[in-house]
Parts: sequence; structure tokens; C-alpha cells
Amino acid sequence: MLLEVRNLSSSFFLDEGELKAVDDVSFDVGVSERVALVGESGCGKTIVALSLIQLIAPPGRVKDGEVRFDGQDLLRLDDEGLRLVRGKGIGMVFQDPAAALNPVHTIGDQIAEVLILHRRLSKQEAWREAVRILGEMGIPEPEKRAKAYPFELSGGMQQRALIAVAVGPQPRLLIADEPTTALDLTVQAEILDLLKYLRDQYHMALLMISHDIGMVADVADRVMVMYAGRLVEVARTRDLFEDPRHPYTKALLGAVPRLGEGATQPLEGIPGRVPDLLDLPSGCRFHPRCPLADDECVRDLPRMREIPYARTAECHKLELQ
Amino acid sequence: MSTNGTLLSVSGLETYFLLGKGWRVKREWVRAVDGVDLTLAPREVVAVVGESGSGKTTLGRSVIRLVEPTAGSIVYDGIDLLSLSASAMRAMRRRMQIVFQDPYGTLSPRMQIGQILAEPLRLHRIVAESQVHDTAVELLARVGLEDYFVYRYPHEMSGGQRQRIAIARALSLGPEFLVADEPLSALDVSVQAQILGILRDLKERDGIAMLFISHDLSIVERIADRVLVMYRGRVMEEAPTAQLIAGPLHPYTQALLSAVPSGRPGDARPRIRLEGELPSATARLTGCAFASRCPMVESECRTSVPSLEPKRPGQRVACHRVLPT
Amino acid sequence: MGYAILVVLVIVWRWDRVMGAFATPAFDRWLASLFLFGSLLGIVLFSRWDANRLLARAALPVSAGKSPMRIAWRRFRANTLAVGSLYVIGGFYFLAIIAPVLAPFDPAAIDDVMTTRYLSPSMVHLFGTDEFGRDLFSRAIYGARVSLSIGLLAMLIAKSIGTTYGAVAAYFGGVVDGVMMRFVDVFIAFPTFYLMLMLVGVFEANILVLVLILGLTAWPGTARFIRGEILSLKEQAFTESARAIGLPDRLIIVRHLIPSALSPVLVSAALSVAGMIGAEAGLSFLGLGIRPPTPSWGNMVSGGQDALLVAWWVAFFPGALLALTLVSFSLLADGLRDALDPKALMQKFV
Repeated sequence: MLLEVRNLSSSFFLDEGELKAVDDVSFDVGVSERVALVGESGCGKTIVALSLIQLIAPPGRVKDGEVRFDGQDLLRLDDEGLRLVRGKGIGMVFQDPAAALNPVHTIGDQIAEVLILHRRLSKQEAWREAVRILGEMGIPEPEKRAKAYPFELSGGMQQRALIAVAVGPQPRLLIADEPTTALDLTVQAEILDLLKYLRDQYHMALLMISHDIGMVADVADRVMVMYAGRLVEVARTRDLFEDPRHPYTKALLGAVPRLGEGATQPLEGIPGRVPDLLDLPSGCRFHPRCPLADDECVRDLPRMREIPYARTAECHKLELQ
Repeated sequence: MSTNGTLLSVSGLETYFLLGKGWRVKREWVRAVDGVDLTLAPREVVAVVGESGSGKTTLGRSVIRLVEPTAGSIVYDGIDLLSLSASAMRAMRRRMQIVFQDPYGTLSPRMQIGQILAEPLRLHRIVAESQVHDTAVELLARVGLEDYFVYRYPHEMSGGQRQRIAIARALSLGPEFLVADEPLSALDVSVQAQILGILRDLKERDGIAMLFISHDLSIVERIADRVLVMYRGRVMEEAPTAQLIAGPLHPYTQALLSAVPSGRPGDARPRIRLEGELPSATARLTGCAFASRCPMVESECRTSVPSLEPKRPGQRVACHRVLPT
Repeated sequence: MGYAILVVLVIVWRWDRVMGAFATPAFDRWLASLFLFGSLLGIVLFSRWDANRLLARAALPVSAGKSPMRIAWRRFRANTLAVGSLYVIGGFYFLAIIAPVLAPFDPAAIDDVMTTRYLSPSMVHLFGTDEFGRDLFSRAIYGARVSLSIGLLAMLIAKSIGTTYGAVAAYFGGVVDGVMMRFVDVFIAFPTFYLMLMLVGVFEANILVLVLILGLTAWPGTARFIRGEILSLKEQAFTESARAIGLPDRLIIVRHLIPSALSPVLVSAALSVAGMIGAEAGLSFLGLGIRPPTPSWGNMVSGGQDALLVAWWVAFFPGALLALTLVSFSLLADGLRDALDPKALMQKFV
């Protein structure tokens, strides 16, 4: 396994109390595997990503757990070691490319900078390589665009440039946090294609974080569903979509509108609201919205259980379904 | 209500914004809405679909004069809106309301929900002062919220709950026309269905006509009678919803539909890739707005602006390359 | 409530002394009446607010929400330093209100200069006496009236003009904004201190004139600041939403925009009171402010500087009070800033 996460817990310590953003989360990402982490806003999925590479800002911090990447425990690494892992081992792509790119440097300079740093290229080599990567990311006229500043590019082009910065050092794992949310539909599809291409070309593993379970379907090998700080179900994409086992996954899939089904398939939402992480319900966190909930669900927090084949879910009522 | 079956009729609408500050030699205009015709029957829901920069949001604002159009005419139930004085327009607002995209920004942060709902009721004297509280509670019930929410503040509510309040506030004036500007796109999927349900109720039970602005065709399909596809300030195609989704004619509509994720693993339909970039928002276009990215482009497309013409029964397309059948 | 009763009791208890303040020809009468009516009005308003609060709390269902102000107040109360400074400031204003009752001596009375001048601090004269043998403690608490009231009133004038002006300019934008803000630019470009010096030279400096001069020269900063706030609030959907229900511009500004922009104004108001008190002290120190024998902290420090080596206490006590007040106001402002931080309220980490 490339990335092994065990019992990861991260909290924010606020005046109002402890906000458990990530609670006892364990998962793996294999070499050149594409995994999607899916959940609604406020479920803690971004905090998982930030915890992995120790970028979580106070008053938040990783409370507990183990993150093994390529054999080393990232949570016990010093700053220098982390810096190396962040570029060369794990690359990050964020939701808002306009904010993630530095507005006062050209695109080419920003890519060349990480190449000089992590691949020890000379200045000229780095620039040539930067232009090549930009071209590979599907940016037309890369020589010209390398000299452009971020604001001169469209949103889609900015996102491609940001991906170029992240993949420049050829990391083994790319974490993409909502990489297409800020983009238009036609551009969104192209960025997803690009992410797929990176795996095929460089055997780069992908951890994609998204609120949109429908979009993930075409990209991921495996899907992990998160709810209120906990992983509730992990399965291969096809299994998850065809036979969701956790009631939340089921409801989430039922809530995704699909084109062409408007006339035949009524859209089913999930009643109630996402719980406040400062004021979590007792027992299973989904029980106030769950159609199957009974006393046991109100009382006890369910544990992750293995179900056939190679999938897990966290629910007391798996047998009922 | 109008007798001839049109509630709203917009023609040649242009809304331009001055780029930057006014104190400069060369004035550049952003052509957000660049000549749009639109009609809406009572009780009809028309969707405006487009990507960012298409001008769909500005169109929605212009139609109810939240933004002043530069040229064109807007006739609402026989009344020429653009000729109304500011105070006459304020009185007209009883009849036309809007729900915004961002449920976090639409509610004044320092007001209790009760006050937020009471404000329009008092302003237009919809009910007697003694009835204001009860009416607010009724409005909450209509959007599926309990009565105690009148004492709550916006920051204590989730996005979905705030969007319900925004809808209740719009309903408080009893409008017959509602502009819904991306009302679902800031919400989680599990909540989208709830809000969509409320909006569909408004359409079916209360007979409120809507201009439903959205980028998401799979949502539009579930509420709209007719769809208008916009690109860079102009209408590319207009058709009844099912007809448009089943048989899009304009190359842009085709590309847009093919980019909608299937929401199913392994169900990859062929996708039309668009090369090239959006033309600058300030350029005065001599040809088709889509020419720079169109896979079917010809020389004619760059030199003459295609007009929106019927190419099939009920379906109007602005494209030189699509032949009528 | 208890505070209000205390004030009333004290006033009733030494009614003759309170009335005496009006009879003192040396003292600005209107200041005395201002404080009397001001404190009575304050008491009435405070007890009404207090009663309403209690009533409202009793009437509300359990599910009632917490307003942003209540949340800010809770955060503020957790800040010991800020609450401490609020007590210090409150204490000074209380002393100023009950000055006629509290002062052991007439602040302006001069008798037998030779035996009473420059007495060092003792149980009779807590802060000692000055060159005319006047009791410095009495002068200091009467001086608090002048300094504190000038600070507060000038701040109110500056903030209300600035807020209204900035909000109007920002809301209407375009040419209105351009013209209004160019005027502000001109005003700010003109060195304020010289303007004040000039005005003080032209008009006889009494408290009213000083308040007006300080207030009317300080508003452009607030105007500019508020304009920025309102410009960003104007982009928020709730402004559009207010227009969409047909709310007239005037009400949009007053009901939606200004209340939302008020938190930062509150912070700058606390700082501004300190600035005004400081400015008054500076003018008085230069001999251009409040004229002796009416005491203000500024002219007391000024009067004591000649005798610094002979009688340090003459300048020290008013100077220390001044410093304590200014520090308290800036700590209060810090506390307000932290408590009112909108990010803290809307905080979303996940």
C-alpha cells in the first residue's frame, strides 16, 4: 500500500468546545489507485486531506492516529522531511486555482521553481520542462502561456496550471480537493480526463475529494463515503453504485439528479440536516435521518465492519438490507 | 393576469456594464446580456441554462430591474417596466420576486427570521400589524419550517434552511412571477431535492411562473417547461425541455449536454470536446459568439450573427449550420 | 439596575451639592446640566433596556436564537482585560457624574494661597494642591467631566456624520460617490491639527466649541472607512434581496447596511474617544483648549509642568488619569474587535 491511514482523528479546539472534524478514520490508497473521498459540506473530508500532510491550522490539530506513506509515518516526520514529502511524495491541487497560484509570478516560473527544488534541474532545463508539462496538461501554446500571469488565464487553464505545479515533481500520490467545483461543466469534464490521464501515464495514485458523488463515478476505482467526521462506507465504485449498503450512501445516491431521468425518477432528498460537528447526535451519527434507525442506533456508535467482497461499512443494520 | 397568454415579454434586451471606473479615456463595456428575446406565459417555468460568463444571472436581474438594462423592452402583464418610475417599480415588486444563489448572503445577519419575514409584509402592508407574526409563521410552514424559527438568527441555520427562508420571504408578497437564480447550486445534494420539491410546489400548486436560472441541466429537467441556452450574452437555442435534452440542435447545446456527468460508473457516453476560448466579454462580436470554439464553424459564422430561428416545431436555434427540418 | 439606583441615591442624598454645581459661576453651567440630564436619561434608558431584556427572556420560548450581539457580548465577557478596562472607564464616568457630590472642595476656590499652595498629597488633599492652593483631587474629578464628555461627544459627532456620509456615498456610488469622496480627500489632505489650531484661535475655546471642532474635523476618516465597509456589504445578496422586495434606498441603508457595518465602527469609536481625549489634552496643554480656572486633565498637566521639580504631584495625577483612560479605551477597543470579529461568528472550519 502506498498510503495507509489508521485511526486518524483531528479536532478543532474552539471556545465552544471540541469540534471533531475527523473521528477515527482508517483507509488505504494503493499504488496508482484512484480513490474518491465523498461527503457533503462540513463532513470533514477536506480536513482528512490537510491532516495527511500536516497542513491543518490552529486551533485545529491531528489528535491521534497514524499516516504511513511509503513506509514513513508522516505524523512523526520533522519539518524538513515533511517538506520533501509534500512536493515529491504527495502533490496537492486545491479547489480555487486563482487563490492557490501566486498572482505575481508567471505560470512557467511557478512550475520551474518546484522542478528546481524537487528534481534539481538547472534553470533552463526547468523552464523547458515546465513548458513541456504545460503542453502535456492540455494547455495550447505552452511556450506563450508559460510567460503568462495567472489572471491572464481562464479558470480551466488556471486549474491545469495548478495541476502542472503539483505533478511537476512527479509525486506518487496526488490529492485533489474539489478540483472541478469552481469550474464550468464543459471544463470540468476535461479536468477529470486529465486526472485520469495522469494515472495512466505516470502511475500516480489519486485521492480525490468531492461533494459530488455523481461526478466521481467516472473517475474513481474506489469510493469512500464520509458523514459527520466518520467514514461510513468504502467499496469499489461499481459495487457502491450498484449495491450501496449504508443507508446514507443509498440516500445520497438517490439524491443525485441524473440527466434524462427527470420524468421517470423522482428525486429523493434526505430529510433533516447535516449534524453540527459541535453537537453530534448520540450513537450512530446518521440515526436522526436514517429510515432504519432503532434504539441500538441511538445508543451505540457502530464500528466499521467487513462485508463481502472487499468492502466495509459502518452500520448496525447491514443485515437488514 | 394577462388575457393574451403572456405574462412577461422581453425583446432586444441588452445589459452592459462599464468596465472599471468611469474616469478614463477609453470606455469599455462588458456585454453581459447582448440582445435577448424571451416570453413567459403565466404559470410557465422557463429555465435559462449557461456556463459562467453566459449572462444568465444578469438576465435574471435585468428582467425584474434589479440591474438597469441598457436597451430593449420588458413588458410585464401589459406594463412597460422600463418606463416605470422608481417608486412605481417598488410597488411592482409585490408581483415579481427573486431567490438568490447564496443562502448565506441573502439574509441580513443581524435580523431575526421573524423580522426578515415581517419586513416585506409591513412595507407593502400585506396584512394588518396584528397579523404579521401569524403570517410569518404561516410562511414558515409553507416552506416546511417549524414556527420557532421566527426567533432564530440566520447564522444558526443551515444552508438549506436559509434557502427556505429566502423562498418564504419572496412568497410573503404573493408574487405571480419568481426569478430563481441558481437556487440549488450552493446546497448539498441531500438538501437540493428538498428545495427543488418546494419550488415545484410553487409551480404546480400556487401556479407561480418562474425564470429558473441554472447551470445544471439535470435539475432543470425536473422543473422547467422550456429551456433557453445562453452563451456569452446571447440565446443559442430554445426548446421545450424534453425535446432539448433528447435532441439538441445547436453545437454548443450538444457539447453542454455531453459534458453532464452520467452519475454511473462505466457509463461513458462520447463527449464533444471544445477547443479554443470564450471570446472577450468586451468585444463587439461580428459573428456567432460560439464561433471560436465551435467544431462546425465556417467562414460565415465569423462574419454574420445568426438569428434565433425555428428549425423544428417548437425549437428555435441561432446557428447557420443547423438546417430546418 | 443597581448602578442606576446608586446614581439616583447619590444625587438625592447630596441634592444641595448637585444644585450647587449650577450656581458656581466659574463652572460651565451647561456642562453640569448636561451631566445631570445625561445621567438621568442614561438611567431611564438603561433600566428600560434592562427590564425589556428580563421580560423578553421570560417570554421567549426555549428555542429562541442567540443574536450576533449576544454572542459577541459573551465573547467579550470572557476577556478579562477588556472587561477590566470597561470597569475603569465606567468608574471614571461615574466619578464624573457624581463629581459635585464627591468633591471635597470647590475646584475653583482659592483662599489663603500662601498657606495652602503646593501641599503634598495627604488624607485631606488626596492629590495635594496646586500653586493657587486648589484641591487637586476635586479638580481632577471635575476635570474628568470635561475631558470625558468632550471625548464622548466629539466621538459621537464624528462617527454619526462619518457613518451617514460614507454610507450614502457608497450606496449610491457613481458620480455621487466620486464627488463626495473627492471632498473627503481634500478634507483629509488638509492638516487637521493646523485646522484645529486655526479654529480654536478664531472661536473662543469653551467646551461646546471644542466638541464641535474635534468632532467636525475627525469625521472624514470614518466616512472613508464606512464607505469601504458598505461597498463590500452592497455586494452581498441581502442588499439586493432588500431591493427586490421594494425597500426604498433610505431604509436599505438605515436598516440593513449601517447595522451590519456597525461592529467595526464600535471598535473605532472606542479608539476615537481616546483620540479625542488626547487631542483635547494636547490643545489644552498648548494653552488653546479649555481655559483655566475650569479644570481639564490637559490644562492641569500643563499647569503642573512649571512646578514639576517642586511639586511633582500637580502634573502627575492628571497625567496618570489621562494615561489610564487612554490605555483603558484602547484595551476596550481590542476586546471589542476580538468579540465582534465576524469571522468568529461565521466560522466554518470544515
